[in-house]
Amino acid sequence: MDFVQQVAAWFADPANWTGPSGALARIGEHLWYAFLAVLGSVAIALPLGLWVGHSGRGTAVAVNLANFGRAVPSIGILTIAFTALGFGFLPGWIALTALGLVPIVTNTIVGIQTVDRDVREAAEGIGLTGRQVLTEVEIPVALPLIMAGIRTSIVQIVSTVTLVAVVALGGLGRFLVDGLRTQQYPEVVAGALLVALLALLTETALGAVQRAATPRGLRRDRSAGVAPGPPAVTG
Amino acid sequence: MSAALGAQPLVDVDWITRNLDDIWAATAVHARFTVIPVLAGLAIAFPLSLVAVRYPRLYGPLLGVAGLLYTIPSFALFVLLLPFFGLNDLPVLVALTIYTLLILIRNTVEGLVGVSRDVVESADAMGYRPAARLLRVELPIATPVIVAGLRIATVSTVGLVAVGALLGFERGGYGAFFLDGYARDFFTPQLVGIVGCVALAVVLDLVLVAVQRGLTPWTRVAR
Amino acid sequence: MITFDAVSKRFPDGTSAVSDLTLEVPGGEVVVLVGPSGSGKTTIMRMVNRMIPPTSGRVLIDGQDVANRDPAQLRRGIGYVIQQIGLFPHRTVADNIGTVARLEGWDRPRIAARVAQLMDVIGLPAPLADRYPHQLSGGQRQRVGVARALAVDPPIMLMDEPFGAVDPIVRTRLQDEFLRLQAEVRKTIVFVTHDIDEAIKMGDRIAILSNGGKVEQYAPPRELLSDPANDFVAEFLGEERGLKRLALIPVSEVAAEPGPVVRPDDHARRAEQVAGAHGTDWVVVVAGDGRLQGWVSLHELEPGQVVGDARVRPFALSVRASDSLRAALNAMVTSRTGVAVRVSGEDRYEGILTQEIVSKEIR
Repeated sequence: MDFVQQVAAWFADPANWTGPSGALARIGEHLWYAFLAVLGSVAIALPLGLWVGHSGRGTAVAVNLANFGRAVPSIGILTIAFTALGFGFLPGWIALTALGLVPIVTNTIVGIQTVDRDVREAAEGIGLTGRQVLTEVEIPVALPLIMAGIRTSIVQIVSTVTLVAVVALGGLGRFLVDGLRTQQYPEVVAGALLVALLALLTETALGAVQRAATPRGLRRDRSAGVAPGPPAVTG
Repeated sequence: MSAALGAQPLVDVDWITRNLDDIWAATAVHARFTVIPVLAGLAIAFPLSLVAVRYPRLYGPLLGVAGLLYTIPSFALFVLLLPFFGLNDLPVLVALTIYTLLILIRNTVEGLVGVSRDVVESADAMGYRPAARLLRVELPIATPVIVAGLRIATVSTVGLVAVGALLGFERGGYGAFFLDGYARDFFTPQLVGIVGCVALAVVLDLVLVAVQRGLTPWTRVAR
Repeated sequence: MITFDAVSKRFPDGTSAVSDLTLEVPGGEVVVLVGPSGSGKTTIMRMVNRMIPPTSGRVLIDGQDVANRDPAQLRRGIGYVIQQIGLFPHRTVADNIGTVARLEGWDRPRIAARVAQLMDVIGLPAPLADRYPHQLSGGQRQRVGVARALAVDPPIMLMDEPFGAVDPIVRTRLQDEFLRLQAEVRKTIVFVTHDIDEAIKMGDRIAILSNGGKVEQYAPPRELLSDPANDFVAEFLGEERGLKRLALIPVSEVAAEPGPVVRPDDHARRAEQVAGAHGTDWVVVVAGDGRLQGWVSLHELEPGQVVGDARVRPFALSVRASDSLRAALNAMVTSRTGVAVRVSGEDRYEGILTQEIVSKEIR
C-alpha cells in the first residue's frame, strides 16, 4: 500500500474519528483551547491597545516589543510556562493568551493612530470629549484594523494550539506528536492535514466575517482592511 | 512532572559555561535555518513580484496563495513535507522558505508600485528603456520597502525555526533547548533559547539595516 | 463679542507664537486674522475654543473667561471649520452634519430636519445626505464642513483657511455664498487666512499679524488700504493697494456727473452744443422715459441729422450703484468714451463716472 493510500485509509477508518482520542474529540479540544485563549487575549489586548493608541504613551515600546516579539518562538513560551507552572491547562492558557496579544495590541494602536490628525482635530474642535473622540471616531475608524488584528490573533492561536500536544495536552497536535514518536507516519500526515485545514477554514471564515463587518464609508480601498503586516509567528 | 519554580535558580550560570560549545552550535544552526530560507524566499519572491508588477491581475491570486500557505501552522507544514523530502533538513528549510513568500512578495510589489508616477514618467522622458528604468530607477527607490520586508521575514523566521526541533534535535537551533529544558524541568536552557532568539533577530536586523544604508545613501540624511 | 486680553502663548520648545495680544472681535462681524506663516494667526484662533490654552492673559466671550468653561461644552457653542475639514470618514454626510446636535441630545426628527435645512442653506443637493465623505468633490466637502459647524446655530464661528483647499473658481463661489449667508445670520466670526485678497473680501475688520503674533494694524479693510500703519502692512497689502481699495468702494458712494446727454429726437446741432459744453466729442443718448440707448460720436453725425437716426453704439459695460469703483474703472478702460456709465436696475440712465472721480478715491 503506498503512502497516500495509507493516509486515505486512516481517514476512512471510523475508529480514528470517534472516541475520546478520535479526531472529532481532538478538533473539539483544539477549538475549545483556542476559544478560551482568544477570550483572554482580546480581554487584555483590546483595552491595552486602545489606551496606548489614544494616549500615545508607550507606542515606541509596544512597537519594538511587537517587532522583536516575532522572534520569540511560541514553543519556547509554551515550554517555559509548563516548566514554571507544572502540568495543567493553566500554563497552556497563559502561553496561548500571551501569544495572541501582539497582533491585537499592535493593530489597535496602529488603527487608532492612523486616524487622520485633521479628523481628530475637527472632532475636538466641534466639542467631543476625549472619551467621545475614542468611541465616536477613533474606534469606528480603526475597527477594520482592530478586527484584522483579532483575526490574525485567532488564526495564530488556532495554529499554536497544535504545539500544546508537545507539553502533553490534547488537541489535533496529539496525532503529530504521538505519530512521530511511534513512527506512524500516515497518522502524522493525516493529523497535519486536519491542522492545516482547520487553520485555513478559520482564516477564511473570519475573512468573510470581517468583510461583512467593515463600515461602508471605510470600504473604499482594500488596504484599509488589511493588517500592516502579518504579525508574529504562526505557531 | 512537578512545578519547579523556586526549586532552582532562574539562571544556572554554571550550566551556561559548561555548555558554551552547544550554545554556539545551536546559534549557528539557528542562523543557518534563518538565513537560507530568507535568501531562498527572496530568490523566489523577486521574479514573482516582477511578474505581478507587469501583470497586476496576477497579484491578487499570487498573494492569495502565499497567504494560504502562510496560514498553515509550521508544525503541520514541516510534517506534510516529510513524505516529499524525507527526515532531513529539507522539510524545515522548504517550509520556512514558503513562509517568507507572503511578506517578501507583498513588500517587493508595493515597493515597486509605490514609486511615484512622476519619477517613472521623468525616467521615461529621459529615455530609459523599461529594463534599465526598473534596475536604475525603480529598484533603488523601492529598496527601503523591500528591505523592510526582508527584516520582517528574517525576524519571523528566527521565531519559527525552533519548531523544527520536533523533527530532530539537530534541527531547530535553540528549539532543542526548549524541549530539553522542558523534559528536565530546567529553566536555564529555555531562557538561553529565548535570549538567543531575540539576540539573533536583533543582530540579523542590524545587518539588514546596515545593508540598506549602504544601498540607499539618500535615506541616511536627516530621517 | 470676543476679547483677547493681554494674551501670550509660548510653546514648550521656547518659541513665542503670540505675545501680549489685546484685540476685540465685535459681535456679528467677520474679523480676519491675516499674516505670513509663523505669525500665530491659527494659534490665536484656537485659543478661543481652548484648543490651545494661553500661557498668560485671558480670552473672554461676552465678558466670560473661556478658561472657566468646560472645553467640550464651550466648543459645541462655537462652529469650527478647518482647511482639511476633518470630516468623519465612517459617517454619512447627514451624520457628519448632525454630530453636534446628537451630542447635544436633540431627538432624531429634529436632527433630520436641521440637517435637511442646513444642506439647503449651504447648497448641497439632498441626495448627497447618504453619501460618504470620500464620495464628494472638494467643494462639496467644504460645504459639509461649514454645515457641520453651523449645526446647532452657534453664535461664533472659527474658520481656519476654510476655502484653502479648493480651486480658485470654487473658492470664489464659496466665498460669495458665505458672504450672502453671513449677511443673513450675522455670526461673530474669526477667520484665518494667509491670502490678503481673501481677507479684504471677507473681513469687516482685518488684523494684520507679523512674526510672533504681533498685530501690525487692526482696521476695516478700506482704512487699512488707504492708511497702512507701517511698511510691513503696506508691503503685505501689495503694490495694487489702490486698486484693491477701489474694489471696496461702491459706486453709490461717489457723485456721478450728469454727462453730455441728448434725446433721440435732438438734432446734430444740439448734440454738438452739449458735447462742446462737456468737452467731449460724443454724446449719451437717453430716451424720453429715461432709458439708456447708447452713445454717438460727433464724427458720425451728418449735419441736420436727428441723433436717433445716426449710429447709436451701446456701452459694452455699465455699472450700478452696488458695483465697485473697480468695476467702474474696468468699464472706463473698456469703452472708447473713456467713462463708465451708471444705470439703475431698470437700465435708466443715472450719470457718468470719469477717471478723475476714481483717481480721487485711489489717493
